[in-house]
Amino acid sequence: MSPASVFVCLSLTLLSDYPVIRVKPDHSGVVTDGVKHSMNPFCEIAVEEAVKLKEKKFIKEVVAVSCGPTQVTETIRTALAMGCDRGIHVEVSGKDYEAMGPLQIAKIFAALAKKEEASLVILGKQAIDDDCNQTGQMTAALLDWPQGTFASEVTIDGEKVKVVREIDGGLETIKISMPAVLTADLRLNTPRYATLPNIMKAKKKKIANMKPADLGVDMVSRVEVLRVDEPPTRLAGVKVETVDDLVAKLKANGTI
Amino acid sequence: MAQRLNLVVSRHFSKLTSLSSTGKLAENVSSKPKTASGSEITADHLLYTPEHFALKESLKKIIDQDINPYVDQWEAEGIFPAHKVFKLLGNAGFLGVNKPVEYGGLGLDFSYSIAVSEELGNIRCGGIPMAIGVQTDMATPALARFGSTELKKEFLLPSIMGDKVACLGVSEVGAGSDVATIKTNAVREGDEYVVNGGKMWTTNGTQADWMCLLANTSDGPSHKNKSLICLPMNSPGVHIARKIDKMGMRSSDTAEVFFDDVRVPCKNLIGQEGMGFTYQMLQFQEERLWACGNILTMMDNIIQETIQYTRQRKIFKMPVLYHQSVHFRLAELETEIELLALHREYALYIKGNDVTKLASMAKLKAGRLSREVGDSCLQYWGGMGFTSDVLVSRFYRDARLLSIGGGADEVMLSIICKYMDTLPKK
Repeated sequence: MSPASVFVCLSLTLLSDYPVIRVKPDHSGVVTDGVKHSMNPFCEIAVEEAVKLKEKKFIKEVVAVSCGPTQVTETIRTALAMGCDRGIHVEVSGKDYEAMGPLQIAKIFAALAKKEEASLVILGKQAIDDDCNQTGQMTAALLDWPQGTFASEVTIDGEKVKVVREIDGGLETIKISMPAVLTADLRLNTPRYATLPNIMKAKKKKIANMKPADLGVDMVSRVEVLRVDEPPTRLAGVKVETVDDLVAKLKANGTI
Repeated sequence: MAQRLNLVVSRHFSKLTSLSSTGKLAENVSSKPKTASGSEITADHLLYTPEHFALKESLKKIIDQDINPYVDQWEAEGIFPAHKVFKLLGNAGFLGVNKPVEYGGLGLDFSYSIAVSEELGNIRCGGIPMAIGVQTDMATPALARFGSTELKKEFLLPSIMGDKVACLGVSEVGAGSDVATIKTNAVREGDEYVVNGGKMWTTNGTQADWMCLLANTSDGPSHKNKSLICLPMNSPGVHIARKIDKMGMRSSDTAEVFFDDVRVPCKNLIGQEGMGFTYQMLQFQEERLWACGNILTMMDNIIQETIQYTRQRKIFKMPVLYHQSVHFRLAELETEIELLALHREYALYIKGNDVTKLASMAKLKAGRLSREVGDSCLQYWGGMGFTSDVLVSRFYRDARLLSIGGGADEVMLSIICKYMDTLPKK
């Protein structure tokens, strides 16, 4: 029995190549106005994997989902141009968007996955602007589904998914039952370019619109940001000639 | 999710970010500066829709991953692998944006061609965008409009797919701005043309599979005796005399070509005999506007990189940028670049208006402004600007061609004067 639909959950992040990210003068966060935003690289990998699974006929439909302000629809369109069938935009803006974190997003994704009876939810392992690495895991916990995180290889085997995970000690292979949550790691695949013909075709694909309230999700944050600071400027180092010198210096410094 | 950061230096995944093509840049200078132009704002753009922006983003990825990392190498080698790069672009649909759908194109309007042109300005040299421009908007438009079905299948389709590299044979050693005086002729013998003569300044010439050739096919008035012919470059008698060593645009191979009794079937004629000059002129406005798209992005990038460099480079105890002459001059240049942004001209052209006067003005200004931008910015880079390690020196060399090729400044001025009715009467 082939699974019906796969949800790919996308994140819009600050573009990592932007030369200098600045902390706001009131230390409440980082300046995001005028900084280029784009699809999170790990989410691109997640989209690519989902589209690949569809091309191999393991799944029938790929739905691209993202939470955020209007800007986020561009990201969904890119996913559609890469091969997703339809999109869902969960509108979150203003203060709610600023306070939005992995828990709120996971609640939204979990509610959607349940509502649309998804068989697989695929996300990027983490967003490159906040590096939380929580959304996938929280989504799985809320749904009480098995999870295959840091996936570098995904194979569907009947009703189960074999996932090779990149862990500190090396590679771990697990087999989990569907429905399940997967998070994509760097080496899972190389995302395709959205070709111009596909970009034009994506215009006709549908993006549904909804609000967190429609899914019964409360967006109140349990976390309060106290302060954001830049890391201390790196001080100059000292070069030493021998290991003995190094030990002597460390001792003199009080480090050892 | 932009909040909740304890700020860290963003991690770079080598696969996913552009590699700096200049090895010895000072710290904090990014290899890919943010363009400051207002056209980043999707909602308010006068000409571009979300599809245009999606197109640009996709093309940017290809440029960042498959082109820019190799530009330094290709500049040093004096040639870039046209077949490889064109195939890559062809696969993604970028070589046939405004070409007919029946031949693999997308049948979109000129605003999409301009979006491509503007994005190509992010390539870190002038040679490759120029070579692509020849393929998409100089050697193929007449064929697309006037060629026979058979001819389009043989030459247009593979050019759009990126399987065949095209070049344009118009200028000659003895005839540049005065195209009417070209000497290459194609004499009819049975069902073949016999071509004799030569062409100069042929971009892509050493790698091309076919040439869109302008030759004299009869006697008579010089604007009515020329024809466009599709010439396979591997035909016997075609000699690539030399690859020209140039001051700039070094990654683009430019050839001098000779024709020694080259035989081409008559069916390779594009459209009607005697109409070659007219056909070629029809696309001049597109060519010139296209060239402007490129250079606007490049100028933007140079200004941004110069700002970043001068912000961290100190002189007399403060950043170079803080000296008033520097930031004021950059503001002047930025003002002129902004005023050159040509969306009005593009829009008028798309609506079907004759934009000859405006396009000529645009090209004239673009050529001259890019020289000023290059010269002023290079000055602010100081000694570093004079080295081959930085983009500004390459831009200085590459951009100089714009006032010469594709219609020299003097030709642009003549056209504008014609429209102003100020030329001497005969």
